[in-house]
Amino acid sequence: MDSMTLIAIVSIITAGLTIAIGSIGPAFGEARAVAAALASLAQQPDASATITRTLFVGLAMVESVAIYCFVVSMILIFANPFWNHLIAQAAGK
Amino acid sequence: MNLSPDNIIYWQMGFFKLNATIVYTWGLMLVLVLGSKMITRKLSTELQRSRWQNLLEIIVTGINQQIEEVGLKNPQKYIGFLGSLFLFVAMSSLFTIVPGYEPPTGSLSTTAALAICVFVAVPMFGIEEAGIGRYLRAYTRPTIIMLPFNIISEISRTLALAVRLFGNMMSGTLIIAILLTITPFIFPIIMSALGLLTGMVQAYIFSILATVYIAAATRARKPAQESESEDRKNNDHEN
Repeated sequence: MDSMTLIAIVSIITAGLTIAIGSIGPAFGEARAVAAALASLAQQPDASATITRTLFVGLAMVESVAIYCFVVSMILIFANPFWNHLIAQAAGK
Repeated sequence: MNLSPDNIIYWQMGFFKLNATIVYTWGLMLVLVLGSKMITRKLSTELQRSRWQNLLEIIVTGINQQIEEVGLKNPQKYIGFLGSLFLFVAMSSLFTIVPGYEPPTGSLSTTAALAICVFVAVPMFGIEEAGIGRYLRAYTRPTIIMLPFNIISEISRTLALAVRLFGNMMSGTLIIAILLTITPFIFPIIMSALGLLTGMVQAYIFSILATVYIAAATRARKPAQESESEDRKNNDHEN
């Protein structure tokens, strides 16, 4: 197995693992946030505007963790620096 | 497959490149500036007004109201910055209904530039409102030990702003591109409709986060809870 194949294998597996593990935490977090927001909406329907706005902002903050993982996995697949370095080296030979 | 519109190059001469990000950013700037210029050229205070003026009034009063709800007492001062941020991000995702268009916010350079604008604007507004000494002293709250953490949070939230917007926009275009190869007919349309929704939510979140940061910087002397309870008391009195 040459180093190119190794880099390809490791990158693909790591990209899948990154998005798989990285989306579990935000999923639980968002579920808890929505559940809490629904409970407080049922208790105080008057404050729905404030609760909804805060919920949206909070959801985006929580979701950004998953988005970071997504960006990392996309970089690993489409813009892998190690892979590009190896390709450049092979082209230079 | 392109990860960002930076890679689509229309014209190149030596060091200077004209890529899709720059072209569509300029296009958006032109649309926004010319559009608002043409609408505000013939403003009327009569009962009869043009529908474009109504549209612009809804947008401006809506942004004003949102800024005021977050806690900035004088929204007229901040709407120039925060409103342009919101309008630019919202328009850049709204124009995805035009075929062949690539949202410039799907490039990390654009979102980093927007985030750096926020990074510079927050201390500027904070110093203008609270004075330089009081603003700098807010970094040592609650104790001096928190100073490095406050500085790190300042930098990391700028990074988070940039990567969040970039990730959302990039994932939207990428998901459509992937779905086009798997199920080419119905699903890409649904996903692009969802992309419009996420684009609007991200524009709202980007500007509301910038507003929250500015609001936190401008009232550095008072803790948030205290002023909120004061507001409630005032409202009770009025009622």
